Amino acid sequence: MSTDTTTSAQAGTEDAAAPVLEVNDLTVDYRRRGAGPLRAVDHLSFRLEPGRTLALVGESGSGKSTVVRALAGFVAPTEGTVALEGVRGGRGRRADREYRKALQLVFQDPFASLNPMHTVARHLRRPVVRYQAPGSRAQAHEAVLELLRSVNLTPEADIAGKYPHELSGGQRQRVAIARALATGPRVLLADEPVSMLDVSIRLEILNLLDRLARERDMAMLYVTHDLATARHFSSQIMVMYRGEVVEDGPSDEVILNPAHPYTRMLAAAAPDPTIPRERAAAARRERIEARGARVAEYREADTGAGCRFRSRCPHAMPVCGQHPPDFAAGPGHTARCWLFENGSAGVRDVP
Amino acid sequence: MMRTEDERGRDEEFDQSVDRGSVTTASGLTGAGPRTVLRAQGVSVEYAGERPVRAVQDVSLELAAGEVLGIAGESGCGKSTLAYALTGMLRPPARLTAGSIQYTDVDGDLIDISDVSPERLRSLRWNTVSMVFQSAMNALNPVTSVGRQFADVFKAHRPQMDRRARTERSAELLEMVGIDPGRLRSFPHELSGGMRQRVVIAMALALDPRIVVMDEPTTALDVLVQREILDELERLQERLGFAVIFITHDLGLLLEISDKLAVMYAGRFVEYAPGEQIANNPLHPYTRGLLNSFPDLRGERRALSGIPGSPPDLRERVPGCAFAARCRDAFEPCGERRPELRAPAGAWPVACHLHDPQFGGLERAGGSAR
Amino acid sequence: MSAVAAVPQPAATANRPGLLRGMRGLRRSRYLTAGLAILAVFVLTGLFGPLFVHNADAFSSNRLEHPSATYWLGTTQTGQDVFGQLVESTRGTLVVGLGAGLIATVVSVLVGVGGALNGGVLDDLLSLFSNVALVIPQLPLVIIVAAFVKGSGDWPIVLVIAFTSWAASARILRAQTLSLRERDYVLAARAGGEPAWRIALADVIPNELPIIGSQFIYATIAAVLTQATLAFLGLANPSQLTWGNMLYFAQNDEALDSGAWWWFVPPGLCVALLGAGLAMVNFGLDEIFNPRLRVYREPRRRGRSAAAAAPADLADTEQERAS
Repeated sequence: MSTDTTTSAQAGTEDAAAPVLEVNDLTVDYRRRGAGPLRAVDHLSFRLEPGRTLALVGESGSGKSTVVRALAGFVAPTEGTVALEGVRGGRGRRADREYRKALQLVFQDPFASLNPMHTVARHLRRPVVRYQAPGSRAQAHEAVLELLRSVNLTPEADIAGKYPHELSGGQRQRVAIARALATGPRVLLADEPVSMLDVSIRLEILNLLDRLARERDMAMLYVTHDLATARHFSSQIMVMYRGEVVEDGPSDEVILNPAHPYTRMLAAAAPDPTIPRERAAAARRERIEARGARVAEYREADTGAGCRFRSRCPHAMPVCGQHPPDFAAGPGHTARCWLFENGSAGVRDVP
Repeated sequence: MMRTEDERGRDEEFDQSVDRGSVTTASGLTGAGPRTVLRAQGVSVEYAGERPVRAVQDVSLELAAGEVLGIAGESGCGKSTLAYALTGMLRPPARLTAGSIQYTDVDGDLIDISDVSPERLRSLRWNTVSMVFQSAMNALNPVTSVGRQFADVFKAHRPQMDRRARTERSAELLEMVGIDPGRLRSFPHELSGGMRQRVVIAMALALDPRIVVMDEPTTALDVLVQREILDELERLQERLGFAVIFITHDLGLLLEISDKLAVMYAGRFVEYAPGEQIANNPLHPYTRGLLNSFPDLRGERRALSGIPGSPPDLRERVPGCAFAARCRDAFEPCGERRPELRAPAGAWPVACHLHDPQFGGLERAGGSAR
Repeated sequence: MSAVAAVPQPAATANRPGLLRGMRGLRRSRYLTAGLAILAVFVLTGLFGPLFVHNADAFSSNRLEHPSATYWLGTTQTGQDVFGQLVESTRGTLVVGLGAGLIATVVSVLVGVGGALNGGVLDDLLSLFSNVALVIPQLPLVIIVAAFVKGSGDWPIVLVIAFTSWAASARILRAQTLSLRERDYVLAARAGGEPAWRIALADVIPNELPIIGSQFIYATIAAVLTQATLAFLGLANPSQLTWGNMLYFAQNDEALDSGAWWWFVPPGLCVALLGAGLAMVNFGLDEIFNPRLRVYREPRRRGRSAAAAAPADLADTEQERAS
């Protein structure tokens, strides 16, 4: 398991394979009482390729979970298309079944995603019976045990008979992953799969997902708010802010060389144990200066038209009153920011 | 609880050395040297039940004025229970089974929280020590305005203040944490999560406490908001000189802000050291594992593994080290004898046989260090 | 309800979290124990009592006798044995109460859960339907309908009561289902492409059992009281033996004026006692399934204590904090 991350990192440099999932102009509006609709996702386009992981990074309210809900069919998109390779479109029961077989998800909270009244075996048997069409009960049970082994839950016969409350958070999340694998999916959506888990077991779960994605040639969408694991477990990162992708590029490029001011602030805000305290204190004083006298709540307020980040942005300019398009910030790297209107030259020096 | 004189001597030595280290942050205070504001000795807490949960066991700590003590640990390690114990807020079925907790109050009197009246404890709780918890929504009353809630605090603890003085002070406090004083008329649900947590912090500072205990105060917040609040907290702390006990699972964050840092596992402190020392040279294998559990944002990509297994059930009595089952460096004594928290020569307290000369552990420790 | 169901086969179900709590709670909740005891007395009387009482309806010349060794609860105006009537009425009352309670609950589950799970137009229609049913004043409606169908047997009255008392439960279940529908494990089942009916049976209804159980008990209490009211007003089939009919005849034959307390006090007390017993069962179940209502009691002896729930609660709060 220990070499997993390095190999997946190299995958980022390979030639792009044919996408297994292609999302175009996905837009989701939520109806609100007594107000206009809330646009949670605004014309989002991306593609997932087999064996590779795309990280969708954003804070709560950025719309990243809505993307997952829309792809899983829990909310209906207002606009846009979702194409799964080899799966016919349309609404019928067969199309639905093919789609669900090919696309599975892992939820954030393993305490909520398992039915407290069902055993582990029952959780896994449901998709096994539905999609693997086992010939007998014994075959179904063997398939369940095989799934448990594939997520390193051993002794598998023991675990199969347990109820969720008898398992630790990490074990529950492994069960949830095994359930997602049961249909033999080609796309796995992992919505903050470790944020509810103890810190010491998070990496094991991420390593497991990483290994499974490569072994089974699954395309993975890793949704997270954590830049560090996004960088280590994906080949490409999209940064989402208030419903739109503001930066998109190869992981290392986005983290080590962030273009959009939002990404830069995110990267700067992450705690860094390697920095000596004096330097951290100096950096803090600078940040307080930069934020200046503006009252905190105005930074958190709504912005209306134009760049959505401009109320918090240290580089806000008059042109930011207009909504920026995507500008190139490097090879395969785009930023939705007016700073890059004339290419990326010189912009890096902006503090 | 059964500690030798020798050990106690070492602890004191450590405390002094840490106190010297903390002078830098305490220097904002006018002339006051490092003074102890809180001292806890051998604190143990149990949750009663058929099989009692021993959530906190034999924890000792000392906090000097203006100091930041970080307590790091994972869910279920007892860190929140410890916060409740320190602030005298344990409710049945939890109770203090051993140990003493002493505060130096505003007048310089020493108060042991287990033998004061409930009224005295209440007054101590706002005037000397205040608390900020993870969920600001639970701390704020949803049906009254922010201003009313500030006013209630002042009415209860500063009865001599008149209406105008209360409003002025509330506005001043809100401004201090970066919120428009006009928000005094707002209700909690009209504020964003970050703003609510700012309000709670302002309220905790209302009566100029000497200590603020914070249990995961920024965990529920977005990274940027979390960073802003931490920045402001540190600024306020430097300006006002209160001491902080900061409890979180985020070791990286603690390393950045703590003068000294305790790592907690299965109800006990397993390492207790100046913050920078832990960052550079963690002694306990659990501390090392925790540090490794956070990938370095900008560092080289390398294999990351976390810590295998899960924490022990605190209802079970484990004969040896509670971490032994998950520890890569475990050797013979670990399964049989519980390591005491003690400082090896030239280092800080750590509860691990690897660092006990009796087991020739130093060579092992050297060999296994990362 | 699930606690009751678990009693016969504790070994097979000991592992199941909900039922396990029910089993333990049985020992812990005094309300539940007392309520079940009262209920058991009535149910046993209803089942086996009539075997020991013969011809409770038969007239005799011993009119309006005080309670004695022969007539434990005295006799009526027409010389019938009040105790015998009371025992036979228990069966009739329970059949009406439990029958109407059961039917009302089934209807409310179908309407509430079915609507909320399917959503869309069906949910809108069912929701409108239950809202309308809710605002129609129940008793006048029951009186009118009962006057029409005052035929033979228990069924007319059971159906009338059932179909006028499901709406409130349906609304409660709809709200609960709407919340359960968004739980991750239900979403996971939807992501697995399972049909709505299977999700309802496997994931939704089992997790609503405590609520359904309590709604059933409320419906039963309401049915017993409504039946007594209707009978007292003379709107029930008078040939049926129920506590309500006993009260009706006592009133008709001026038992109150002649001071024959033994005639009207026992059936009245029985109605009150059955209602209280059912309410206690409900309260006890609530205590078990809703830990926040549980009062912590200091253990009397060391070693065995009432706070077995503490570890789980601790883990919960710690978990909340950690995340």
